[in-house]
Amino acid sequence: MIRRTRSTIVGLLAPALLAAQQAPLVPPAALLQPLTVDWPTYSGDYTGQRYSRLTQINRDTVRHLTLAWAARVNTAQRALTVVGGEGKGDFPIPPPAVKGSILEVGGVIYVTSPDHTWAMDAVDGRELWHYFWKTKGSTHIASRGSAIWNNSLLFETPDNYLVSVDVRTGKENWHVEIADFDQQYFSTMAPVVIGDQVLVGTGNDLDAPGFLQSYDPRTGALQWKTYMVPMNPGDPGLETWPSLDAARHGGGQVWMPGSYDPETGLYITGTGNPTPGYTGIARKGDNLFTCSLVAIDVKTGKMAWYYQTSPHDTHDWDSAQTPVLFDGTIDGKPRKLVSTAARNGYFFTLDRVTGEHIVTSKFGKTTNWAKGLRKNGAPEPNPAKEATIPGSLVSPFEGGVTNWQAPAFNPELGLFYVHESNGFNILYLTDPDPRGSMGLGGKRFYVTGFESNAIQGIDYRTGKPSWRHEWPTGAGFGSGILTTATGLLFTGDGSGNFVAMDAASGELLWHTRIGNISNAPQTYEVNGRQYLTVGVGDMLYSFVLY
Amino acid sequence: MRCAWTFLLVISAEAALAAQPPPTFPAQQRPPGDPAVIARGSSLYAIQCRSCHGMDLRGGDMGGPNLLRSPIVLNDQAGEAIAPVVINGRNPPGGKPMPPLPLPREDIDAISEYIHSVVASAQPQGAPPAGAKVELNLLVGNSTKGKRYFEARCTSCHSATGDLAGIGARLANIEQLQNSWVSGRRFGTPAATSPRPAVVTVKFEDGSDVSGTLQRLDDFTVSLVTPEGQYRNFTRRGANPRIADVDINDPMSGHRSLFAKLTDDDMHDVTAYLAGLK
Repeated sequence: MIRRTRSTIVGLLAPALLAAQQAPLVPPAALLQPLTVDWPTYSGDYTGQRYSRLTQINRDTVRHLTLAWAARVNTAQRALTVVGGEGKGDFPIPPPAVKGSILEVGGVIYVTSPDHTWAMDAVDGRELWHYFWKTKGSTHIASRGSAIWNNSLLFETPDNYLVSVDVRTGKENWHVEIADFDQQYFSTMAPVVIGDQVLVGTGNDLDAPGFLQSYDPRTGALQWKTYMVPMNPGDPGLETWPSLDAARHGGGQVWMPGSYDPETGLYITGTGNPTPGYTGIARKGDNLFTCSLVAIDVKTGKMAWYYQTSPHDTHDWDSAQTPVLFDGTIDGKPRKLVSTAARNGYFFTLDRVTGEHIVTSKFGKTTNWAKGLRKNGAPEPNPAKEATIPGSLVSPFEGGVTNWQAPAFNPELGLFYVHESNGFNILYLTDPDPRGSMGLGGKRFYVTGFESNAIQGIDYRTGKPSWRHEWPTGAGFGSGILTTATGLLFTGDGSGNFVAMDAASGELLWHTRIGNISNAPQTYEVNGRQYLTVGVGDMLYSFVLY
Repeated sequence: MRCAWTFLLVISAEAALAAQPPPTFPAQQRPPGDPAVIARGSSLYAIQCRSCHGMDLRGGDMGGPNLLRSPIVLNDQAGEAIAPVVINGRNPPGGKPMPPLPLPREDIDAISEYIHSVVASAQPQGAPPAGAKVELNLLVGNSTKGKRYFEARCTSCHSATGDLAGIGARLANIEQLQNSWVSGRRFGTPAATSPRPAVVTVKFEDGSDVSGTLQRLDDFTVSLVTPEGQYRNFTRRGANPRIADVDINDPMSGHRSLFAKLTDDDMHDVTAYLAGLK
């Protein structure tokens, strides 16, 4: 209880509650606070900025950072393990890896990997409870994290269940199926709690339609379900597909957490690629609302606006990246804005209330798949850079210029930070069938190499980098980004180093070689001390100042 | 959607595909059906279903949808979801109506078993079953133009009568040949083979220097193996003596800078030229 009073979240509300035992750890109202002491939701707060206001770690002290603890997540079933799930427990799941956000509230961190969730002491890394989900199968590519609603911790499983457990013990409250396993959906997204709603998305590689859903975090009852492709005659966007059948198999999965604007009640999220992924011949048209930023009224699930960042994608370049919300100035006028750096190599700034386009820039140095920009600022795809029988040399490579790795935004400096990976592949069409292929089939690619890899601080007003640091070698992205009110930026360099940079200039200030960062660095304060925590595969490292 | 998170994972994708993935979804997890029933279902499908749904089940000229990604098929266990559609027909919104086909349930179950056997043979990431091999012509370039390009851009390091003599015979697979020459990875070796190593010279402020084969370079360290075979590593900042400069002579830099300049036409032309060096 002493620890909990350190938390702003509980500190705000605890006095009003009679029984401390029943005090909600994270009442929904607490999630409206800007990122400071705790890290209670995927991006720290609803803005997606990953901008911490903690100040102990600053330009002067950063070189004194030292390891507080290191811990390997333990997947073994033990006495403390709570077991759930609908499977037999015999599916060979890959080794664990922390490829999403951890949450921290009141001195406890919550860590996920597919089929596993752990609560650990934020001060020393000791495990407090472990939940293991016996899966029915499915694609085990990642878990992007969890969400907290009052005293419930919520997370998705690869075989498409939303699970609610008691945040204090890991004991299961309920689980509910959120997508059809038979249709080969798989689920990785960190749920997002907004008020008494929990938003969930899913993934799919077999031409099934993408959707965003809202569930009641108390009971697991469905509140609404909004498809990201037209599903019925007369649905908006159907004119951008050759047929309803094509649209209903058109993808647009929502597999990363979005951001939320409490002023407008709009949840803004990116959507995934159209399907079949590489053979656009069977889905001529722009394929709305795939590869788009969409703003959803969180109460009703209705789409308020959309902006397609990649019309008629044919490269598996999702636009699922978490967008960043901030207030800025455009042409001397204060504006409410949203920016995103898409996997296709283009950066966008829009009005987040209306979706009005403001800026497009190409942030991938060698990005070569578009002919130019349309009047509305969207890139116009060059059909010659689709998969062809003799091969087309395309940049970025399949992984994109960026991918799911969290970007960051520093509102004091007005800079949007993102990694830039300038890979090339030769893309061969192996199935020229006029019906198109299925899923990610019908092509073969060969990664020829990387022209360069870098990190940028992009001026949101122009889309141009204020600074750009090219990594001498290294494999490019992999790590997300954290920035701070003390003018710092933390990330991985792709060469095994965890680095601190000057957020205004990109100057390198500190590093430690702990291996390639597999999530985004995060920071929080426990007992008056600021911790900086990162995942490296199945390891967690937490740094402090003594 | 796919979220590759490291370059290495992507590079090793070919190796990963070779390994047998665990059966991830119900379509692959279901026990194989009776071969005799599947064979009968296959014959019935050819008579009753193929004209609309296609020989490969991926949809046909008559407007029948692709069955391999159909939610009805994917949710069916043993004909119970497929049978009502066959017997009653279907009038999907925005699609072509399917007429009723009053087949005996036994026949429908056999057809279902056959459909499930095809669905089970689908490839990872939603790709359809491999199907019959299609011969595609990758050799579309103009070898005369390719020779011109090669002589203008490549001969400072390569020679058609030297290192590349007979390359068209050694790498007869056009796709491999093209992948190899564009990437600069050693011809005839697996894709994962490292590119030719760079040579690095570390120059110190006291005027001395050390050269060798580059092992690793980041913003903080540089390491090398000297011609004598000794491993050395140096801290790029704050060490004594201080490093003045790190010179890298990377034989692959020509290829790296080529990627952004090479047009697809030039690429196909050079491939055609190299393919002719038998």
